Order: sequence, then C-alpha cells, then structure tokens
Amino acid sequence: MAKATFEVPELSQYLDVPPVTPQTMAHSKPFVAKPEFQAPLGFPGELMDDWQEKALDKMGELLGKYRSLRVYLDSCVKCGSCTDKCHYYLGTKDPKNMPVGRQDLMRKVYRRYFTLAGKLFPKLVGAEDFTKDVLDDWYSYFHQCSQCRRCSVFCPYGIDTAEISMAAREIMDSIGVGQKYCNEIIGKVYTIGNNLGLPGPALRDTLEGLEEDVFDETGVAVRYPIDQVGADILLVTPSADFFAEPHVDGLIGYGKVFHEAGVTWTLSSHASEAANFGMFIGSYDNMRRVAQRIREAAIELKVKRIVFGECGHAWRVAYSFLNTLAGPWDFLDPRYPVPQHICEFTYNLIQEGKLTFDKGENDDKVLTYHDSCNVARASRMGDTPGGQFEIPRAIIRATCNHFYDMDEDTIRDRTFCCGGGGGLLTDDLMELRVKGAKPRVEALNNVMLEKGVTHMAAICAICKSQFTKVLPYYGMEMDQIVSLHQLVSNAIVLTPSLDGEDDEDDEEEAEEAA
Amino acid sequence: MSFLTTVYAYLYYFAALVLLAGVTFKVVQYARTPAPLKIPTTPAPTTKAGVVLRMTREVVLFESLFRGNKWTWIFGWIFHFGLFLVTLRHLRYFMEPVWLPIELVQPFGIYGGMAMVVGLAGLWARRFFVDRVRYISSPSDHLILALLIAIGCTGLLMTFVFHTDVVAVKSFFIGLYSFDPPPLPGDPLLLLHLFLVAALMIIFPYSKLLHAPGLFFSPSRNQVDNPREQRHIAPWAKRLEQE
Repeated sequence: MAKATFEVPELSQYLDVPPVTPQTMAHSKPFVAKPEFQAPLGFPGELMDDWQEKALDKMGELLGKYRSLRVYLDSCVKCGSCTDKCHYYLGTKDPKNMPVGRQDLMRKVYRRYFTLAGKLFPKLVGAEDFTKDVLDDWYSYFHQCSQCRRCSVFCPYGIDTAEISMAAREIMDSIGVGQKYCNEIIGKVYTIGNNLGLPGPALRDTLEGLEEDVFDETGVAVRYPIDQVGADILLVTPSADFFAEPHVDGLIGYGKVFHEAGVTWTLSSHASEAANFGMFIGSYDNMRRVAQRIREAAIELKVKRIVFGECGHAWRVAYSFLNTLAGPWDFLDPRYPVPQHICEFTYNLIQEGKLTFDKGENDDKVLTYHDSCNVARASRMGDTPGGQFEIPRAIIRATCNHFYDMDEDTIRDRTFCCGGGGGLLTDDLMELRVKGAKPRVEALNNVMLEKGVTHMAAICAICKSQFTKVLPYYGMEMDQIVSLHQLVSNAIVLTPSLDGEDDEDDEEEAEEAA
Repeated sequence: MSFLTTVYAYLYYFAALVLLAGVTFKVVQYARTPAPLKIPTTPAPTTKAGVVLRMTREVVLFESLFRGNKWTWIFGWIFHFGLFLVTLRHLRYFMEPVWLPIELVQPFGIYGGMAMVVGLAGLWARRFFVDRVRYISSPSDHLILALLIAIGCTGLLMTFVFHTDVVAVKSFFIGLYSFDPPPLPGDPLLLLHLFLVAALMIIFPYSKLLHAPGLFFSPSRNQVDNPREQRHIAPWAKRLEQE
C-alpha cells in the first residue's frame, strides 16, 4: 500500500452518509499559479490590490453572460437533495463539499452584492461580505469540485455545481489567483501542442515504436500515422495515450480498429491533445482557443471526419461544445457526426459485422465498467439518449466473456466520479483524490467480492490516471484499471495488411506535411 | 372606507404590484441572459417535444427530487400539491360567476389545506433532524416555512373553528378590481391570514421562491441534446468570431 500522510477512509459494504464534520478539508489547496503560468492565458500574475472590486465586476459580467449561473444562484431552496450526493462530501465529511455547501460559498457573496434581500438583511438570508477569508475558502473548496455534475442529476431544479465552480475559478483567475496545474497545462497546449508537453518528434518516435511492437506481437503491420495529409479521419486523443499505461494500450486498440475498418487515419502534432482544460477553469476564451487547434489541424490535414479517443471531459467539450467553439464543420463529410467518439466508431463496425473478436483473449479478466462522469452526464454516443451507457457496455460484451456491472446506484447517470476530474489530478491534492475516490472504490470492492471482478474498464484518461494512482491506497493493484480499447486490442482478430511494406514512403510524407 | 379596509386595499395593491413586477423582471432577466453552451444533464431528450415532457415530469412529479431523496420528495410533493388545490379553491374569491371546475374542486381544497400543513411540517422537521439539512438552513429558510405554515393554519382555523364572513371577503376582493372595495370583516384571524399572504406575495420575487420560475429556465433541464446536429452560439460568443 502506498504511504499516506492522511487517513485513508475505510471501505464499507453499504454507502453510509457521514455526519457533517466542518472544516476537515479547509487545509486542502492546490499550488497557486505563478505569474509565468498566468500570463499566456491572459490572466493577471498575482492577487491584485483591488481584487474585491474586480472580482465583483467579473461576477456581474458572468451573471450577464451565463443564464445557468444567474438561475442557479437564485433557485436553490436548500431542500438537501444534493447533500449526500457528492463523492468529496462522502469521502471527506466536510459540509462545504456538499454541493449546496459549495454553491453557498458563491451564493452568499451573490446575495450580499447582487440581491435586495442580501443588501438589506444579510444575516437573515445568509449573505456575507467578500472578504479575504471567503476568497481563501473559494480557493480551497472550488478546487475540491471535480465538476462531475452528479449533484445536478438529483436537484429538483437541475442546479449544476460545475457551472458555479467554473465561474468561481474564472473569477479567481481574473484577479490573479490561478491554479498551477490547470494553467500550466493550458500554457503547454499553446506552446507545444499537448498537456504533457510532448513535442512532435517524441510523438513520432512513440508511434513508430508502437508500430514495431504491434508488428512483433501480431505479425500484422498496423499503422500509427501522424500528420498524414489527406487521411480520412483525424484522431484526436489525450496525450496520455502516447505516454503511459494503461492509456497507450487504448491507442494501440484504436489503431487496430482503424486497420480493420480499412480507413486511412492520422493524428496531428498540432492538435495532439483532446483534453481541454479551458473547461475546468471556466474560461470560454481559453476553451475556444484550445478547441480551434482541432479545426486548424482538420483543415491542414484535409480530413473528412474527426474521431475522439478515450477521454471524459474531452468528449464533453467535443460532443457538446466543439460545434459551438470551433464550428461550423461544413467542410467535413456530412454523412458522419462531428465529432465521433472512438466507441461509436468501434460499435458501428461491430454492428456491421466488420470486426472479429476472440473473446478468450480477455479470459484472464473479469470486467466491470466505470461510467466516466463527463461522458455519462454531459454527453451522448449514438442516436438515442443513454447511448453513452449502452455503447461502451456493448463493446465490452463483444470483446469479453466476463462482465458484471457495479451497483445500479453507482453507475450510468448516477455514476461516481473517480475523484480526480475537473483539474484536480495533481499530486498536491492527493488527500482529496484518495478520499474522493472512496464511493467508487467501495462499489468496485463490492463487485470484486461478490462477482470476482478483477479489472475495471474506463474510457477517460483522467479516470485511468487517477485510479492507477489511488487504487493502491485502498490495497488494490494499479493495473486493475484498463482502457476499454485495450480489451478491444486484446480480442480483435487482425487481417494481415496488403501494404505492409510501404512504411518508409509514409514517413517521408509525414515529414513533408510537418 | 374604514381605516382597516383602506390599509388592506393598499396592502394588496402593493403586494400584487411587487409580485407581478418582481417576477416579470426576473423572468425577463432570465430569458435575456444567454446560455452560451449546451449543458443539459444527460441522458437528455433529443427533441423539443422530449424536453417538454421532461419539464412536465419535473414540474408535476418532481422527478429529480424523487431520485434524490424520498422523504423530501414525499413532504415537498404533498405540500406543493396541497398548495395547488388550495389556490384553486381560493379562486372563487376572485371571480364572479365561479367556473364549474373551481366549484367542483372546493371540497378537495380543504384536504389540500391540511396536506399543505402536513407537508410543510415534514419539511421543517428535516431542517432540525437531518444534520446536513440543518447545516445548510439559514434563518430565512425557517421563516418562509413558518410563514407558509401560519398561512395554512389560519386558513384551516377559519374553515373549521372561527368562521368568517366569506361573502364579505369575496366582495372586498372583487371590489378591488374597481378600486372601490366594500368593508373587510374585522376578524383578527382573517386579517392575520390576509396579512401573511400579502407578505408572501411581497417576498416572492426577492427570495428562494424564485425556484418556481427558475426551474423553467434551468439549462441543464430545458435544453435539447442536439449539439452535433445544430450549432448553438450565444450573441456574445458570436462576437468573438468576428474579432
């Protein structure tokens, strides 16, 4: 078990709601972004002298720009339906991690300065001045929200804490209080092209290595092309897929699926990242700027379709916002939705009978499936509502013999966050990440005990990274988390390629294009 | 006009004005504020008709609350449905002649009054007995519950114990339309009941009671899930594209 400087919660068989224990997580704060990480995003370097006035101005601006914020700050009746729904509350007992408790950090300031009742009778309606203490609370607790939107499922008015967390982070960024992890990463996307800061040559190297590995293992020349002008499909995937286990196994799987589909495809060194951390910091401008890279890459590479790899919030931004942020996409092939998810792509091929699987290749595993929150509650796959739940499960069933779902209350739109989403996947928040993972790990543990489950598949890079890191705290193995397309990769029966020997020509083309 | 009648006449003109103007202002404000991104909580309907159905289930059945917390749902739904029946029953004071459906609903309105108080009592009890709900309750949350319970109780008392001259009450309210109301009966219970109702009308647009119009404007509930098919762009975001 990994070492912890905090108490790792004990797992129980039933979800128990802890008693309210104030301030247990007040100390949890991510590192503050230094001026050099703030500047590229257009934010002031450090806390401004007249921060309060500036913050309230920004809040007023956002209230006029986002109907969600305005309506959500007004509508809460404190019914309590959300209070036991947040994985961070369940794992930390801190009432400011109850969705309503978190929202109230902003709501009390909103009431004080933007409502008549709060101006006249602050105590009565729970309004408070925007003091430095309140700002400190904002920094702590708005960075303890993974924007997973589980609370919005159970709220009678659909109040979405993610919208409020995003607004709070944008307000804090606008007065110079940024979070290092997110802002540094967005900067890397602007300068290098992806979150991990992998330059083009490193990507090409990795992909060549993958081609060799897959050839050695299967005897089939599966291609992993980058910057290939004129390919049918542009694949945009999180940079983790180039880099680490279990992510890279997923990337290997995508390549095998494309190979079997007989389509040409390419990655792009310009848009070598599907993630869009602009969403985490609530910044429309930055989210738009990050999204525009994909448009530029699609135009440059003259592709006909765009497919996204496995990543939760990237798929939310892609599915729900890409058309808004970087559209219209009328230059692409209108027969396909823009963008498509790799699971939709694989599922369609399975439906058409174009993929052959040897399910026995996954017989060393008994699988369960983790619905990633942004996919489950903020996006869709296929044509019908809920396709995002059914399509990944259908792929698992097609590629594996042993699959069991976790408890109904913890999957599909009621799924529990991995605990690392929303820009919190940073070592300085490890205590929060471990505690926040508790409800999900509990459900996993139960299905391990009851059904003999050995592995959990996921389709989100953050989920995969988070579980790899936190499962050991709970006495589990880091490799129990697998990429869904890793299962596809294991089971898929490859057709030997006819053009297996033209590798060198393609490389030259790739270099010319880059 | 007696002093009391004058005071109540002005009180109700004022309350009606505040309620109408206040709620109209908020509704216009909500409607005018753009929703720049599609954020429906999924699985969400992919058609407008589907959204109407989803909203109807939320408004009539409190579907999300049902999934969230059964106790709050039971008490909340009993209270709101009771309030709905009571409101229908009270419409007879404001119309002449009384429509048939309103006549038919009269006996149910009384049960509605009882249900309303029971539901409110349950909701209030939760504010004391559930530590999480106690933590999030501010004085105004208790006061609004107290106000609504007091309205319910004074109403029920007039129905069952201290009857008032309802014909005179009705004449007063009909008289308000022509700015010449006949005298209001001086029963303390009636005056208290009417005062509390006016207070409720006045605080409505400034309080959490805005959840009523707010629900209809909630983007996570009222948006169609079709962002790939249709481009959705707010006016302020469109301006960014022209820069």
